Amino acid sequence: MILELSNPEPLDCAGVEVRFGSLKAVNGANLQVAAGEIVAILGRSGSGKTTLLRAIAGFERVAAGEIRIGGRVVESTSVSVPAHKRSVGLVFQDYALFPNRTVAANIAYGLPRGSAARVTELLRRGELEGLGGRYPHQLSGGQQQRVAVLRSLAPHPRILLLDEPFSNLDAALRLAMREELVTILRAEGMTAVLVTHDRTDAMAAADRIAVMDAGRVIETATPLNLYMRPSSKESATYAADAQFFPGVANGDTAETPLGTVRLSMPLRGGCEVLIRPEWIGVKGLGVPATVVRRRFEGAHARLVLSVPGIPEFVAVVPSWMAAEANDSFEIGVNVAVPAFATAG
Amino acid sequence: MNWAALRPARKAPAALWLPGLLAVALTFIPVFYLALRSTEDGWSPWSRAFHTSVPQLLQRSLWLAAVVALFCVAVAVPAAWLTTRADIPARRVWSVLLTVPLAIPSYITALAVVAFLGPKGMLQGWLEPLGVDRLPEVYGFWGAAFTLTCAGYPYVYLVVRAALASADTAEEEASRSLGVSPLRTFFAITLPGLVPALAAGILLSVLYTLSDFGAVSLLNYSTFTRDIFIEYQSSFDRTGAAVLGAILGLVTLLILTSELGVRSWLARGRKRRQAAVRLVPLGRWGVLALAFLSIAVSLALVLPVGVLIYWLINGLRANADFPALAPAVRHSVEMALAGAAITVALAFPVAILSARYGGLLARAAEQAAYVTHALPGLVVALALVFFGIRYATGLYQTVWMLLLAYVILFVPNALSALRGTLVRQPANLEDAAASLGKGPLMAIATVTAPLARPGLAAAFALVFLTIMKELPATLILSPPGYQTLPGLVWSRSTDALYAGAALPALALIAVAAIPVGLLAWKGDIGALES
Repeated sequence: MILELSNPEPLDCAGVEVRFGSLKAVNGANLQVAAGEIVAILGRSGSGKTTLLRAIAGFERVAAGEIRIGGRVVESTSVSVPAHKRSVGLVFQDYALFPNRTVAANIAYGLPRGSAARVTELLRRGELEGLGGRYPHQLSGGQQQRVAVLRSLAPHPRILLLDEPFSNLDAALRLAMREELVTILRAEGMTAVLVTHDRTDAMAAADRIAVMDAGRVIETATPLNLYMRPSSKESATYAADAQFFPGVANGDTAETPLGTVRLSMPLRGGCEVLIRPEWIGVKGLGVPATVVRRRFEGAHARLVLSVPGIPEFVAVVPSWMAAEANDSFEIGVNVAVPAFATAG
Repeated sequence: MNWAALRPARKAPAALWLPGLLAVALTFIPVFYLALRSTEDGWSPWSRAFHTSVPQLLQRSLWLAAVVALFCVAVAVPAAWLTTRADIPARRVWSVLLTVPLAIPSYITALAVVAFLGPKGMLQGWLEPLGVDRLPEVYGFWGAAFTLTCAGYPYVYLVVRAALASADTAEEEASRSLGVSPLRTFFAITLPGLVPALAAGILLSVLYTLSDFGAVSLLNYSTFTRDIFIEYQSSFDRTGAAVLGAILGLVTLLILTSELGVRSWLARGRKRRQAAVRLVPLGRWGVLALAFLSIAVSLALVLPVGVLIYWLINGLRANADFPALAPAVRHSVEMALAGAAITVALAFPVAILSARYGGLLARAAEQAAYVTHALPGLVVALALVFFGIRYATGLYQTVWMLLLAYVILFVPNALSALRGTLVRQPANLEDAAASLGKGPLMAIATVTAPLARPGLAAAFALVFLTIMKELPATLILSPPGYQTLPGLVWSRSTDALYAGAALPALALIAVAAIPVGLLAWKGDIGALES
């Protein structure tokens, strides 16, 4: 039996504002998601990401701006399509499975009567065959999450929203569920928005990442661009560990305390250069540095280095590399890096 | 005032706000007509009342309420601690035994006290051969205080026990791990944590005493309720009763509001307990603990039931005149079933409105519930008499008026029980239903209501029980010739026909013990916490 494909639609949030009393939880957020695209909203707690998600789902009213699904306005100051008429699926952080219904009944909840075939197919898809008669509390965390996703997918929503989908899973399960979820979403061709505070989850699962800070979307980019060429110092810190070095840019290169580096975007004049710890190469690259401390982390090691004239900084190296405190290396940067013009 | 906060975040469906509006309107009836009736002759009856009876009534009522509250706390706190934290044998049985007296209304306890300790009572009968021809006076203040403590301490016990059972013991363990002794831990951590529950328990017992009518009347201790009833029955002009009723209503409201202020000041984040509690071994003190619990249960449960059975057997031997029981049982059970069904059906949508939507109407409904919760049953019944005579003659002296009184009186009880159930239920289940395409009413029918079934059952049992026991409104608003169990007990006991009163009293306790037993056994009795 072939699973019917869903009917993905594009999503467009323009200038969305959500207030709680005098607090603006979402403060003019813009977000475009193409049909069939997976976008992750990445932000710290309190950045307004979950509130934006709930506004898209129809659980918060907007004080300004509008939300369109498939070109039709579903939420604005004058229009508010009720949540149950939006055809927007929402996977809750704690899954919100109905405790008094079996797994099969949970999945069938949003379907018309007589949809047993679809339920069976979804159970098979989620590798939950034989568990349809169980109750949610009899399932493992990973199984519960799969039921929550399948339940939301069952009625063919136009968009699927996921609120911190992996936060309740332990590290090992997390990786497997992430892969599984992306596979399911791709197979269904879903338009999906997932909210997360975990940069790795966002990078691994999404086509694009929207960085949210203080109620605004400050940058939307592919994971690779956000990592390699972030548009601002602020969003650079969201993608991975970031450290900035003072420099002087001359077009395609810049002079820094770590030597001459290639720039990923041309710039001239005084600047701050982003050099992530894993971009620093050690041994034979020209700039002498001393190891202050070494922190073993399993797959790699973190070296705290010192170079005269600048504060201590960090380089990440393979953990098999011999490096002890007080060793000296010649370090350098072998990657084209982004630089940001110094203000003023 | 933050008006934005009063606007519900989401629009509530009419099936929710219409009952909300109805609940507010129903509360409005007694408050409005009492205010109207007590002021229509101007303020001179008020000033007369304040110059004659009010100061003394106020003093007597408040003094009784304070002493009963003190006694109730003195019984309830040790009992609650022993049955939640100490290694006494058969803890659950003790818990149920301490709760079951809820099935015994205060006027039946009072009847038993009089029949046991009063002149020509059992005790005197036993002592007469020994030459004792006078016992200490049972009528008056101490008799009333003793009776109301026996009948009222289970309410305080339940509140304190619920607080002890749900308190997070991690704080106590943290205190112990920092090297503090168990005794100092109790005073530094456990007791302060109980203060909100104690405040709630004291309020409960104060309101219970102030609105009690049966016990103080049978024991001839003059309080507001007793004088209001005498005034109502004896004089042709009922303005005096209306004025006293309004004053009593204002007093109870004042106490409730000030207590709510204190409670919000005391409020702290309550955590649910995670780990199992290690029971405190009592060692040699265990005997003392069991003696204490035995006395508490004897006075509140064994004494009344024992005395009633004694009089029943005595009456059977002496071929006493027993009232026909069947119609009274049928009427009381019918009214309690119908009243509980209507009350819960009205309270459930209002509870959803208040727990899920908020907004002005939900607030108004909550406030209205608080007001009626504070108003004594006698006062509400009086107000409904005035309302019925003037504006609803078709309803007056029908069972519908009686049902209306029960609904007005007990919607608050059902509301607080149901609200607690709903607040503990995860709210995002309804959001999940909405995101799956179900409208608000469908979500309530398929998710909220099935999950709230235990809470609904508990609220129903609670209201059923309370209606079974209700005395003043039942006396005043029953249609002429309409027999009820409380009515039968009352008429016989005021005539000192103890044998005749024993039969309906035991029947009433037997019926009321069913919901109490169910609630106590299932542990849902925490729903009684207000």
